[in-house]
Amino acid sequence: MSAGTTSSTVSKSSTANQGRTGALMDWVNARAPRLRRFTKEHLTEYYAPKNFNFWYYFGSLAMLVLVLQIVTGIFLTMNYKPSATEAFASVEYIMRDVDWGWLIRYMHSTGASAFFIVVYLHMFRGLLYGSHKNPRELVWLFGMLIYLCLMAEAFFGYLLPWGNMSYWGAQVIVSLFGAIPGIGEPLVEWIRGDYYISDITLNRFFALHVVALPIALLGLVVAHLFALHEVGSNNPDGVDIKKVKGPDGHPVDGIPFHPYYTVKDLVGVVVFAALFSSVLFFAPEMGGYFLEHANFDAADPLKTPEHIAPVWYFTPFYAILRAVPNKLLGVILMGVAVVSFFFLPWLDRSKVRSIRYRGWIYKVFLFSFAIAFVALGYLGMQPATPTYTNLARVFGVVYFAFFFLMPWYTRIDQTKPVPERVTYHAH
Amino acid sequence: MLIKKLTPRAFIVALTLAAAAVPAIGFANEGGGLQSAHVDVGNTASLQRGARNFVNYCMGCHSARYVRYNRLGADLGLSEQQVIDNLMFTGERPFDTMKIAMNPEDAKRWFGTTPPDLSLMARARGPDYIYTFLKSFYVDPSRPTGVNNLVLPGTAMPHVLWQLQGIQTAVYEGESDTKGEGAVHKKFKEFELAKKGSLTPHEYDEFVRDTVNFLSYIGEPMQLERRNLGMRVLAFLLVFFLLAYFLKKEYWKDVH
Repeated sequence: MSAGTTSSTVSKSSTANQGRTGALMDWVNARAPRLRRFTKEHLTEYYAPKNFNFWYYFGSLAMLVLVLQIVTGIFLTMNYKPSATEAFASVEYIMRDVDWGWLIRYMHSTGASAFFIVVYLHMFRGLLYGSHKNPRELVWLFGMLIYLCLMAEAFFGYLLPWGNMSYWGAQVIVSLFGAIPGIGEPLVEWIRGDYYISDITLNRFFALHVVALPIALLGLVVAHLFALHEVGSNNPDGVDIKKVKGPDGHPVDGIPFHPYYTVKDLVGVVVFAALFSSVLFFAPEMGGYFLEHANFDAADPLKTPEHIAPVWYFTPFYAILRAVPNKLLGVILMGVAVVSFFFLPWLDRSKVRSIRYRGWIYKVFLFSFAIAFVALGYLGMQPATPTYTNLARVFGVVYFAFFFLMPWYTRIDQTKPVPERVTYHAH
Repeated sequence: MLIKKLTPRAFIVALTLAAAAVPAIGFANEGGGLQSAHVDVGNTASLQRGARNFVNYCMGCHSARYVRYNRLGADLGLSEQQVIDNLMFTGERPFDTMKIAMNPEDAKRWFGTTPPDLSLMARARGPDYIYTFLKSFYVDPSRPTGVNNLVLPGTAMPHVLWQLQGIQTAVYEGESDTKGEGAVHKKFKEFELAKKGSLTPHEYDEFVRDTVNFLSYIGEPMQLERRNLGMRVLAFLLVFFLLAYFLKKEYWKDVH
């Protein structure tokens, strides 16, 4: 055989070796050679640090939940009716008359909360190990955009069951835009498309929830991953593994994502699935936190629920909003509370990434922040009594101190020397 | 003064009253002054009795518009003929939902409000709420129906079950603590059975419990199936976990 037909020789030999699947792969590779390069770059030859710990499961889990939400969402859409007169009944139709409809619906409703739990832990991981710091600022920014889209996605989706809490929750949140001077009221009308939350609002929220935001989310997830794979993953030591390379040119402390982290993440997926199923099958309402009791009453524009609170994942910001006596200032501070995350890479002046080598000041600020976040989340769910409002103010100050004082305390904090190689004990 | 409408303030006063009532009556395990209904949707006999109670006493005014008769029969272990003979009185077809003939507009004129659909009442308010509600009617001549309710003061609902329970009066403790506006706050102490019904108090409790059990079943008809499937899913995940765990261990042997 002549040298001119190398590719066909290769293809023939591998056909002989791998049978039909191999032949198919060769056929595809001959026509789309970049595909193999893509798999290599992002899976089989993407070198991830070998010392990932517990906190590193939540990225892949967030992807899993995203897929779960999209797939269950597609099936829900097959029977859901985005109309003020039919929406509530169509959800009950799904719950009662559609084969496995209840399972799909509970997966979607539990998935919404699970998404936020996983994403909050994923973000906290970033704060622990300095994943937002140079050179991963873009990764962090794309991640924050995902978080913003996720909040919008959850907010629009929450109106769709057309329960009374859906209705009044949307009413309260949309009316926040009314606090903006001058354009407030016209803006609120423009968002609702009506003088109150109506069939028109439901229709546009449906369009945004099932088309616009999922597309944006998917695009941003791709950007998040590409940005990550460009610079490589951080790790619990915050060590740059690319500095120490072996003779093969690969980082000594790196291992191919596939198969090592695919099999490891699989374990995480199973544990997550077990926790998820425990809620889904045994407590789908999660005591009123995942599915609020008042939402089993159909939307009624004339009957306000006794106590309106957003779903738990928004309550830290809601608590901040309520803690401020002035509505406009409250809305602004709530916005700042979310947007502050975007500036983190530039607020953090520490020389080291990981908390393992930071001083006590950062540790105190970070854990106070975490406690404040959870406490605000709790307070946002409770009726606003004077005591609770004052508590929310205290925790609000702690929350903002974490961001606003960061340039100073991260600079003066006594850091420890960072090792050359990652800490890893083989099991 | 009679409470014509359920204003928020009246509701708060009522809640306070109800909450104050808790220690006085000595309820066993109450959340917000409610008695525990101890429902068990696994108890099919209770659900069957509850279904009977519901169609006989509730469905004059309340629909369960998301519930189908044939699904009900299948879940409650009743044949289609049994469902037709015992639960369907007005020529419905087995695949129909439990709708009622009463026109909502008429109902509003008669009662001041349309009796709510009960498909999801147990999910929206909780079984304990309905259980306590159905046991808390008492004589109040100032009300158009002649009765009031401690759980939902000023309710438009008449005491439909009075023949079974009998007639209760509310007993109050001293008309104490006068607050600023000069309103007299009476403290609820207990109910007294002024006239016996056809059921003993214990039988009445059981009657209400069966009915509430049924309401909690129709609130989420798949709940038993859900738990059964959940057990199997968790069993599968346990096996899957072992496989995944040892697979990971095997691969990670090479990582030093």
